[in-house]
Amino acid sequence: MSVSKKDVEHVAKLARLGLTEEEKELFTTQLSSILDYAKNLNKLDTKNVPPTSHAIPMKNVLREDQVIPCTNTQDIVANGPEIEDNMFKVPRIME
Amino acid sequence: MNNKTCHELNTLLKEKKLSSIELTEAVFAQIDKVEGKIQAYVTVTKEEALKQAQAADERIKKNENVTPLTGIPIAVKDNMCTKGILTTCSSKILSNYLPPYDATIVTKLKEAGAVIVGKTNLDEFAMGSSTENSGLHPTHNPWNIETVPGGSSGGSAAAVAASECIMATGSDTGGSIRQPAAFCGVVGLKPTYGRVSRYGLVAFASSLDQIGPLTKDVTDTAILLQAIAGHDKLDSTSADLPVPDYKKSLVNDVKGTRIGVIKELLGEGISEEVKKAIKDVIKKYEELSAQIVEVSLPSFEYAVSTYYLIAPAEASSNLARFDGVKFGQRSKGTADLLAMYYQTRQEGFGAEVKRRIMIGTYALSAGYYDAYYLKALKVRTLIKQDFDQAFSKCDVLVSPTAPSVAFKFGEKSGNPLSMYLSDIATIPINLAGLPAISIPCGFSQELPIGLQIIGKAFAEETLLRTAFTFEQNTEWHKRQPRQA
Repeated sequence: MSVSKKDVEHVAKLARLGLTEEEKELFTTQLSSILDYAKNLNKLDTKNVPPTSHAIPMKNVLREDQVIPCTNTQDIVANGPEIEDNMFKVPRIME
Repeated sequence: MNNKTCHELNTLLKEKKLSSIELTEAVFAQIDKVEGKIQAYVTVTKEEALKQAQAADERIKKNENVTPLTGIPIAVKDNMCTKGILTTCSSKILSNYLPPYDATIVTKLKEAGAVIVGKTNLDEFAMGSSTENSGLHPTHNPWNIETVPGGSSGGSAAAVAASECIMATGSDTGGSIRQPAAFCGVVGLKPTYGRVSRYGLVAFASSLDQIGPLTKDVTDTAILLQAIAGHDKLDSTSADLPVPDYKKSLVNDVKGTRIGVIKELLGEGISEEVKKAIKDVIKKYEELSAQIVEVSLPSFEYAVSTYYLIAPAEASSNLARFDGVKFGQRSKGTADLLAMYYQTRQEGFGAEVKRRIMIGTYALSAGYYDAYYLKALKVRTLIKQDFDQAFSKCDVLVSPTAPSVAFKFGEKSGNPLSMYLSDIATIPINLAGLPAISIPCGFSQELPIGLQIIGKAFAEETLLRTAFTFEQNTEWHKRQPRQA
């Protein structure tokens, strides 16, 4: 198996994703089987192959810095789970 | 009348033999009749739709700016933002999200005078091939409600097939328009990457995602593509190229068109009935004087691995924004910010979304980046080169859209890898950024089979012409499901 339960716990922490014990067990097996399958890529010699991040060539798009009307602040803030004075409120960050 | 095509209805509307209000009411009557069984929608917007229908009727009456979409009831996949209307991505974490703006394609539909009837179901955040991963409910295939409609745009495909709308939008990251179109016996087009603006489409894998039409025939696909295509300042990846007049591509002639048959997609893993249907398609094109060429794309063997590293990697980054701070659900009663993130994401995401966040985070993490993510990006180059080579001797390529007809609920959901492998024919196209269309080309066990036609980048015209010619010379697209 290419993935251990410890790996799963480490990756879940990086992704800020809480997992139950059952999910940890399940993902250890499933991630291993998916990543083992993906090892077939190693059959290909890609030493001199450049990577493709976008299939269609992309270029940086620049424009004038103009002021345009913004979406209504109220509508944006209204989606926040906890709001105070037009600001998003979160639980405490440090002691 | 709700089982007619957009172009047929457009004529009736313009000749005032039908009003948009009547048509919209017929669509909602159909929704009332079949939605209990099909469950294509997450949200229906009857009140707004009837207002839009009334406005469309005014427009037609005054003959002001009447477009082919004016007064036509359209469904929008629920991962495209609609101002003030729930946009859930079929996820619990977004179940209360009211976008403060419209996606560009929604703005374009509204400007064209279309009537938006509702938001359709999908696999959560468009991750899946059956709608079984919807965090809300599964959608059922109108041809046989014991089978899946395909996914992730399963709600849109089922709604079109069941005449619960006239046409619909979908998004396609690895086959999410084409595979449900095949399973539900409708037409679905994934345009070239950049052809349609992604502004307001909730991002899954940004280098692969593309919005496109799901319709009852090829003509309607050309009409809807025309309405949504084009450069958009709000999407820096949208292509700054002129949009051709797609109606001109609807020509019943493939004489001399070089059609490449992909050898790898008529072999192992493809069901016998699908192979037979595709062989019949090839015969039909030969009769129509197209030139048939066999092509080999050896890198296809690696496409599933490549895709299931790149797409989850991009998704793990895109889905970091769902953290319970600015929108969506937040878990209550957590001690601090970090605990709030963990618990909100644990409770808000379904199993498949978690699995992909995990794969993607793993593939991007220190020590594994080169072995998995970078390796996949390099193989992506090889896949693209295979297509370039194939297109040096062909105008279009053909293959089945899916390896089988629609499968039953639960048949693949227990084994993620077997579900991923069912995307073999569609994902290479997204990796290469190319356009591809799925059209009905046969039936097996009373379930539709889809033909996929793949084109060169920005050559949607050739695709439409090749698809239109097949459609005009066959009857498959005229069949309608019993449930509708």
